[in-house]
Amino acid sequence: MSKALSHHDLPHLERLEAEAIHVMREVAANFAKPVMLYSIGKDSSVMLHLAMKAFYPARPPFPLLHVDTLWKFREMIAFRDRIAAELGFDLLVHVNPDGIAENVGPFTHGSSHHTHVMKTLALRQALDKYGFDAAFGGARRDEEKSRAKERIFSFRNGAHAWDPKAQRPEMWKTYNTRIHKGEEIRVFPLSNWTELDIWQYILKENIPIVPLYLAAKRPVVERDGMLVMVDDARMPLGPEDKVEERSVRFRTLGCYPLTGAIPSEADTLEKVVAEMLAATTSERQGRAIDRDEAGSMEKKKREGYF
Amino acid sequence: MADAKKDLAAYLRAQEDKSMLRFLTCGSVDDGKSTLIGRLLYDTKLLFEDQLAALASDSRKHGTNGEALDFALLMDGLEAEREQGITIDVAYRFFATEKRKFIVADTPGHEEYTRNMATGASTADLAVVLVDARRGILTQTRRHSYIASLLGIRHVVLAVNKLDLLEYDQATFEAIADDYRAFAAELGFETVTAIPLSARFGDNVMTRSPNTPWYSGPTLLGHLETVEIAGRGVDRPFRFPIQSVVRPNQDFRGFAGQVAGGRIAVGDPVVAAKSGKTSRIARIVTHGGDLSVAVEGQAVTLVLADEIELSRGNMLVAPQERPHVADQLQAHLVWFDAKPLIPGRSYILRTETDTVNCTVTALKHEVNVNTLAHDAARSLAMNGVGVCNLSLQSPIAFDAYNENRSTGNFILIDRYSNATLGAGMIDFPLRRAENVHWQAMEVNKQARAEIKGQRPAVLWFTGLSGSGKSTIANSLEKLLHAEGRHTYMLDGDNIRHGLNRDLGFTEADRVENIRRVAEVAKLMADAGLIVIVSFISPFKAERRLARDMMEAGEFIEIFVDTPIDECARRDPKGLYKKAREGKIANFTGISSPYEPPENPELRLDTLAEEPDDLARRIADFMGERLMQG
Repeated sequence: MSKALSHHDLPHLERLEAEAIHVMREVAANFAKPVMLYSIGKDSSVMLHLAMKAFYPARPPFPLLHVDTLWKFREMIAFRDRIAAELGFDLLVHVNPDGIAENVGPFTHGSSHHTHVMKTLALRQALDKYGFDAAFGGARRDEEKSRAKERIFSFRNGAHAWDPKAQRPEMWKTYNTRIHKGEEIRVFPLSNWTELDIWQYILKENIPIVPLYLAAKRPVVERDGMLVMVDDARMPLGPEDKVEERSVRFRTLGCYPLTGAIPSEADTLEKVVAEMLAATTSERQGRAIDRDEAGSMEKKKREGYF
Repeated sequence: MADAKKDLAAYLRAQEDKSMLRFLTCGSVDDGKSTLIGRLLYDTKLLFEDQLAALASDSRKHGTNGEALDFALLMDGLEAEREQGITIDVAYRFFATEKRKFIVADTPGHEEYTRNMATGASTADLAVVLVDARRGILTQTRRHSYIASLLGIRHVVLAVNKLDLLEYDQATFEAIADDYRAFAAELGFETVTAIPLSARFGDNVMTRSPNTPWYSGPTLLGHLETVEIAGRGVDRPFRFPIQSVVRPNQDFRGFAGQVAGGRIAVGDPVVAAKSGKTSRIARIVTHGGDLSVAVEGQAVTLVLADEIELSRGNMLVAPQERPHVADQLQAHLVWFDAKPLIPGRSYILRTETDTVNCTVTALKHEVNVNTLAHDAARSLAMNGVGVCNLSLQSPIAFDAYNENRSTGNFILIDRYSNATLGAGMIDFPLRRAENVHWQAMEVNKQARAEIKGQRPAVLWFTGLSGSGKSTIANSLEKLLHAEGRHTYMLDGDNIRHGLNRDLGFTEADRVENIRRVAEVAKLMADAGLIVIVSFISPFKAERRLARDMMEAGEFIEIFVDTPIDECARRDPKGLYKKAREGKIANFTGISSPYEPPENPELRLDTLAEEPDDLARRIADFMGERLMQG
């Protein structure tokens, strides 16, 4: 007879999967108007897949919300529309109208202002507009130092702000889901997943991801040590800018001018995982917005960013 | 390439098969917890180049080690933490070795942040208790060890840190280890492993240190990789708290949840814990296909052979080994909030899936974390630990915490602020008779209000006849009732049919009318109710009299401000017509004056908004008032 199976023996990914499903069901059971923030990235893909599992054979009882900055890679938008339709999700897309009116963009206004207007403020607008009381995000604790400190159920006040010094204690998986009108909870079902877990799970479950994660020949320009892909004609090119066709892929996806590509030949999932295992830099390294200043993620989160 | 692919597959399989250990680091301030985890991440080569570069720059800016890397800065991710050089909240980090995967919770040492230490401990299987070798065992060392044991942690590593500052003195190490073992003997740990180390220099963290030749035990990492954490696993009784009923169509009714104990197979008999109704498992449904067996930890949807009444808050369990179902219980409580626990006060008790109102009926004793002695106590202050009896408004299904951490825990929530006030570990159920002896306390207005979970109020609607007072008041009462508030409505017409039927409409009678209603409203507020008064109440002086009878802030004047022409147009009872024809004497607005309020708490414009929206506005106003209270 084999030795008794304990919960410590439940395979690692199954444990993480069960934890995320439990979290999602708690949200559906306790909140009047939840929403899933969908960023189109690999973590969002995993989160969508888990949502399909959590409520099966019923449908996930919430829509998807994409806060579009109008500067996402074109392939991301195409992927978003295809997946939402295939899985039958109600997809809400919000763009900050003030940003459109002022024509805000990363090249003209800088990454910090662009992110604040088109992501942070836009997200706040969208949450207010629809009156969502709980919002799922795909953030993981291994991504960044302030994320490592955040609860799975993360309370936000009426101004959508996070107060890191006054987080609710979070005991076991007995979540305090009570809020007043106008307040909200951000929920992170992937809190305990690592980047490797995400890739392994994508591989194991055969989850569709945006092709930009796989290496291909793409037109890129080197800027401040970052490889920026020329995704459309809005990219200003100076005489010193040399557009090269290089085999690159992306470890994370965001606004194309702010997301650095890495040179890579990994054109299959397996190769991507193999490359990741040998990586010497963290995945957020390619994100221009994290480098603005130390503690910048925490600052953005306190302002309502995810 | 084919080989590389095979290698990768093998590697990934090995990753999958690794066991996982969740542990926390705890102990007093400055004992080096964050530094130790930073050191573990560094030594296991889990830091990326950009993270190391950031650490080097942070170390120069905020570091406490001069030019050397300050590993604590890897963990202290909040600005306030880096500025103050302390840990405020728990950080979760992930690392893996050849043998195991780890999730480590780095918890704060300050007593003030005990709640965050408890948060980290509640999901951990092992505690690394750090001690500064120069200072030995401190109150916080004992407090954290006691809380770890309360939360069900059975394995402890006593990390005697900073030995480099004492020239790796063996006698100091032995003395601290002996001290700790003497204290911990009562805490029920299965293993206590003392390790001499220096987190800063890495002695005995990952590799055996040449500085401690007298030490023959394992290194910290060696121990973490091999310590056996035995779960009772599938041997435990089956427990399945229902998270939700899944009902996509008429043909499917399933119960979603995560197995909290034991195992279940298709065909097994099960019982609904609260009702005792029995059935059998017909299907174990998952998105990837039906299963024949589900074990502890798995999230599944169960379909039963029979239609039995079952919903969130209930539990499916093994028929032979049922959980307790009771509304009286004894529990250990860790208190988190700045406002102390007061017996007799009403709280919301939440288990994983059930929510009920409760009161602490008796605080039996507080545990002195230094001596583990039982001290008499009348309340439990922040960071205190006590044993108490609780009385619940309705029964819950539970196990003793030491039998099952999932089904034996609860949190207490403040009814107004929604703050998480404390965490409970259930000891055992009490028979009602054992627990009806309430804490000696006066039954007064506050007690009556608290048991209803509300602040008493007198919502005084004033306005012309036909202004819409009663319509809005009715709608408001429905709203408040739906929110679980205890209300009563005093309506002008109804009172005049009973209590005030001896009164007419002269000015003197109108004054007496209001006086009596105000007295009744006052009694009802004293009973803890939210009283809704809907009276024309035309005179300022009488409304003032009513206001002065209530406690400060209790009287809320709501002016239903509808112009007389509109009231006359609506004329729901045909009174304006009669008054204009001279058939009613002393009719307010026609033949008797109406003195509009100058500073009402709320003014409602019935021309601009619908009655239901106005009622919602009042309910929101009440909600804000509750939060302020």
